[in-house]
Amino acid sequence: MSVDLISIDLLAVADPASYWTFGFVILTFALYLYIGWRSRVKDSKGFYVAGQGVPAIANGAATAADWMSAASFISMAGLISFAGSDGSVYLMGWTGGYVLLALLLAPYLRKFGHYTVPDFIGARYYSETARIVAAICAIFVSITYVAGQMKGVGVVFSRFLEVPLYGGVIIGMFIVGFFAVVGGMKGITWTQVVQYFVLILAFLIPAFAISSMLTDSAIPQVGFACSDVPAKLDAVLMELGHNSYTEPFGKFSKLNVFCITAALMFGTAGLPHVIVRFYTVKDVRAARYSAVWAILFIAILYTTAPAMGMFARYNLIQSLHNATIDRVVEEATENSPAILQLKSPNDSSMDWALRWQKTGMLKINDVNGDGVLSLVAGSGPGGKDSEVIIDRDIIVLSTPEVAGLPPWVIALVAAGGLAAALSTAAGLLLVISSSLAHDLYIRFVMPDATESEKLLVGRIAIVFGILVAGYFGIFPPGFVGEVVAFAFGLAAASFFPAIFLGIFSKRTNRAGAVSGMIVGLLFTFTYIVLCTSDKILGDETPMLAPENYLLAGMFGLKEGINPQGIGTVGMVLNFIVTLTVSCFTSPPPADVIELVDSVRQPDNCGEPKKH
Amino acid sequence: MNQSLKTGKSSYWKANLRLVSILLAIWFLVAIGGGILYVDQLNAFRIGKVGLGFWIAQQGSIFTFVILVLVYALLMDRIDKNHGADK
Repeated sequence: MSVDLISIDLLAVADPASYWTFGFVILTFALYLYIGWRSRVKDSKGFYVAGQGVPAIANGAATAADWMSAASFISMAGLISFAGSDGSVYLMGWTGGYVLLALLLAPYLRKFGHYTVPDFIGARYYSETARIVAAICAIFVSITYVAGQMKGVGVVFSRFLEVPLYGGVIIGMFIVGFFAVVGGMKGITWTQVVQYFVLILAFLIPAFAISSMLTDSAIPQVGFACSDVPAKLDAVLMELGHNSYTEPFGKFSKLNVFCITAALMFGTAGLPHVIVRFYTVKDVRAARYSAVWAILFIAILYTTAPAMGMFARYNLIQSLHNATIDRVVEEATENSPAILQLKSPNDSSMDWALRWQKTGMLKINDVNGDGVLSLVAGSGPGGKDSEVIIDRDIIVLSTPEVAGLPPWVIALVAAGGLAAALSTAAGLLLVISSSLAHDLYIRFVMPDATESEKLLVGRIAIVFGILVAGYFGIFPPGFVGEVVAFAFGLAAASFFPAIFLGIFSKRTNRAGAVSGMIVGLLFTFTYIVLCTSDKILGDETPMLAPENYLLAGMFGLKEGINPQGIGTVGMVLNFIVTLTVSCFTSPPPADVIELVDSVRQPDNCGEPKKH
Repeated sequence: MNQSLKTGKSSYWKANLRLVSILLAIWFLVAIGGGILYVDQLNAFRIGKVGLGFWIAQQGSIFTFVILVLVYALLMDRIDKNHGADK
């Protein structure tokens, strides 16, 4: 095939959605910039907690956007799509944690009334060391997390606008940087409100479309439970030699489903960028209602995602299994397999497959050379996978194309993915800034800073955070993906017990909390590093192999606790150590007991009325 | 701190603890019980055309969470009002 022919071929599949995408992206970005400018702030209270005047419903939407990251929007439905029933660990883990946050932490922290989580830890445990440890943990969790967001921005740009990855990351950095630096928490809050509506529309429209295509109902939640798709999907998966979709414990053992779900739940409740959102509302009551709005807004996406995952899996199998290879568009090179034009068994257009092959996220390898693709388990290279290797991240982004939806829907999904990534990145950057500037620099280096100096330091810290995030977005170290997944385990093992006991147990003292946090964090961190040393440290095999995982082979368990779930064990250890050490050391001073009392009840609380 | 304020505060905290414990018991029963521990047994029952356990794990638990947080906010309003702390 001559060079000319190749370029004509590539032009012929130029994405019709790219003009729409340009339009949507420019429109939404202009909107975010405008809102950032409108909400510019002049004092540090506005900068860190939006002046504590955000209405509950707006804070709910902002919390939902803050919380739902590129991972929720782009990756989660894909993860569920391939995990089947066990995908519930992500669904229940991330939403169930919200209940803990709303009932056990948020209202009391709002009553406490300062700006950050390290503020609370420092005051409750009357210890500057505890404050510093909490601030460093917050920075560590947030930086790993924000790098993942920037990478998400890069993926959307490189696939839909054919801008190189680094260009996409730089544009994303500039946009977030602008509204975060100018508007601080206030700017971030109001842009997040808008971003929530962009991302939820972008998620729902294709989900409704694919649901009405495959089932009798346009509502994905109804299609999920009341259609033939689950039964048909189970049947075809079994026929191809895969695990059934609806049977539990195919991917993880019951013990691991429990541990991973719990680690994600308690980790969610301890994530600083989500907690800090509750500081922005007027009072405790508003904090409770903004939690209601937030979980409602989150549930809309989280109950749609499993339906989307199931429909997408079914759709992909229908279009790819037994598809024939029409012709070779680009010959295989050393690094990449050939790019192939396919012909689907159900005669739908396969141009999407061509475009995703170019990004390297869809790989086709006709191992047996019969010109027909097989999705049978074990038919792939070396008897693994199958002849089609699909990156789970393309499920959400490709569904509208696979389903043949109009180009503007595809473009909307791209804009939604960007909204999800940017809103979370902004919230995380603010935590990095407040930890660096408010908890560390202002407190220890220039304690008598004026208001405008404080604001300036906060802004410089945000710029610093953006540069670090951007660097990791462009040059992602191999382990970012790993670390992001483990950030929850670390948060569960460190923050959750310290904050929870700080409110619910007056006896918990400094010695207990500090030793508990250190034990929980070190235990969890060490276990994760040992289990993933092949990826993190570059060892050939992990130092701790799956057959040696904690509890493996004991109590008749075949599988031990895998590193994603170890945060649960770390948290239990933290609780035990904190309570034991507190018991044997002197109780906290009187002013701390008073602080605990004051976060537990309203100030003007009288005797109960007789009924 | 005068005596009536003190008893008012401790009964407020007790009412709060009682409510939170009940709601979290439901949370545990539905999510951990229904969605994980007894999912196989529950799959013997059907809701629509899928197993009940599978449905709770991927849909029902999330609906329950929304209701729990809403009930908490509403009932805390009542506790506030009962203690004259709603002004």
